[in-house]
Amino acid sequence: MSGLQAQGLGFSYGPKTVLQNAGFHSLRPGHLTALIGPNAAGKSTLFRLIAGLSRPTSGGITLNGCDLANLTNRARLKRICFMPQFFAANAALSVFDVVMMAHKQLRGWRVSDADMQTVGQALSQAGIGHLAQAYVSDLSGGQSQMVSVAQALIRESDVYLFDEPTSALDLRHQLEVLTRIKQAMRARQAIGIVALHDLNLAARFADHLILLGQGRIVAEGPPETVLRSKAISEIYGVDVQITTGPREDLLVHAYAS
Amino acid sequence: MVEQTIFPGAEAAELVKAYKQRHLRRIGLVIGAAMVLSCLVVLDVITGPANLSFARTFQVILDPSIASPKEQVIIWKLRLPVALMAVTVGAMLGVAGAEMQTILNNPLADPFTLGLSSAASFGAALAIVLGWSVVPGVGGLFVTANAFALAMITSCLLFLFTRLRGVTPEAMILVGIAMLFTFNALLAFLQYGASELQLAQLIFWQLGSLARASWVKVGVCFAVLAVVLPYFMSRSWALTALRMGEEKAAALGVNVSLLRMSVLAGVSLLSAVAVSFVGAVAFVGLVGPHIARMIVGEDQRGFLPLSALCGALIMSGTSIASKAITPGIVYPVGMITSLIGIPFFVLLILGQRKRHWQ
Repeated sequence: MSGLQAQGLGFSYGPKTVLQNAGFHSLRPGHLTALIGPNAAGKSTLFRLIAGLSRPTSGGITLNGCDLANLTNRARLKRICFMPQFFAANAALSVFDVVMMAHKQLRGWRVSDADMQTVGQALSQAGIGHLAQAYVSDLSGGQSQMVSVAQALIRESDVYLFDEPTSALDLRHQLEVLTRIKQAMRARQAIGIVALHDLNLAARFADHLILLGQGRIVAEGPPETVLRSKAISEIYGVDVQITTGPREDLLVHAYAS
Repeated sequence: MVEQTIFPGAEAAELVKAYKQRHLRRIGLVIGAAMVLSCLVVLDVITGPANLSFARTFQVILDPSIASPKEQVIIWKLRLPVALMAVTVGAMLGVAGAEMQTILNNPLADPFTLGLSSAASFGAALAIVLGWSVVPGVGGLFVTANAFALAMITSCLLFLFTRLRGVTPEAMILVGIAMLFTFNALLAFLQYGASELQLAQLIFWQLGSLARASWVKVGVCFAVLAVVLPYFMSRSWALTALRMGEEKAAALGVNVSLLRMSVLAGVSLLSAVAVSFVGAVAFVGLVGPHIARMIVGEDQRGFLPLSALCGALIMSGTSIASKAITPGIVYPVGMITSLIGIPFFVLLILGQRKRHWQ
């Protein structure tokens, strides 16, 4: 059984149930999945459960048939790379330093020439080479987000989880970042999940959609199916209509009903 | 971004070059600071009556066998312990301040502002005025032992407080200030009932002084530094990661609460030992790390050694100043560090580099 799979996940925060009986079918390597759903639907919680930063109250997650609960935290985070949503860094650390830190993953004091080369190339490819010497505290929201994505992509993992990687970016950078993520997933044959608010971006980039609402997985499947399902209007509480754009892509229109 | 180059390989090479230069600069700064520090130690030794020359003193320190009996007493018995005490205590406070600021995510944290120093003063007062020993069986060291015990208890309390949910960095400092006032009030109680002789001792303690330095104490300080500093160094990636935010550090595989706990234990040990030997020396743990941060940023591989060196430089300079201001009088060092530290503290609050700590 290859891929990432979850069954009957439950999680509650004190008396408040965040996720119940949430599960998804096998997500395949090389594919990008978009996790969509309204605010407080449990997207970040689902990511934290997959990454192992929180323990589910019920259910389990398997990766290529191996139960992730059997791994140590360290080993698990090596296979699953998680980019948290908020990047509130106020530190006097340079962009080069923080990407190096992600690359080294807490191993060893020494930084080799190869390490430096890798980081330099990653920054250059991410289009943030000119920021390499800037302190992360001096970056704008969008720049921080691009650094965050670079930090995630420099790690070699089997699963990549991005919690809203494009929320602070302008149009062009949204497209660039998602293209880069998608290409990386394909090239590395890794499983990628991106939490997105923008359904148009989800429709454009994702191979697979998971719709989360009130702690449950409401719909799952190819973008076409999920976006055209009735559930989407119900979950978001808006009237959703789908048309086809000029390049055979799906366009999502939402109207307050 | 506009500056994207056409050859990504060339840009990457440029970036690596710039990074290497920064790294070399960092090493250069640490070596430079260490050299300045050794000069200050020699200066500290020659400051005061006896007209020692710099070169001769340097030789005697490097090669004790050439010392005349007079030099033997003045340099090796009287002044060098004090000078080295200043260095080690300064380094301990610098490291303690740096890591307190890192793990509590708080720019104003240092052993003094979090109340550890006043706790230690109170512990010492218990011993001096009431003759109570918190730790049994320590004999003549009971003043120091009391100070140490109370500083450790206070940092445990602080740690328990950080475990409460929803405690902001500002609240932490307020708790520290509450501790400071509590212990000062308790101290006032003791002072009220103290005899004149005890009062004189107490004041001496509160002001912070290097006068009670000895080779044994210097040795203890070195030993503590030799244990704690390598541990902090080994956790430097994790500590750097923590500055990116708890969530991010956790996603990189840092066990955040374990790291906080172990580093706080190390920090408590450092500051409790320092404070119990020299009394309440304010602001060294605050100013030292901030200077280091301004110079090299917060990558722990540069930040940690430079914080230790800055703390040591400040204490060493203060030790010289305490003897040089009025010839023949040695002022308590705590007074001087406060006078230097307070304007700095205010500047910091006014937000010189505020955006690093929003």
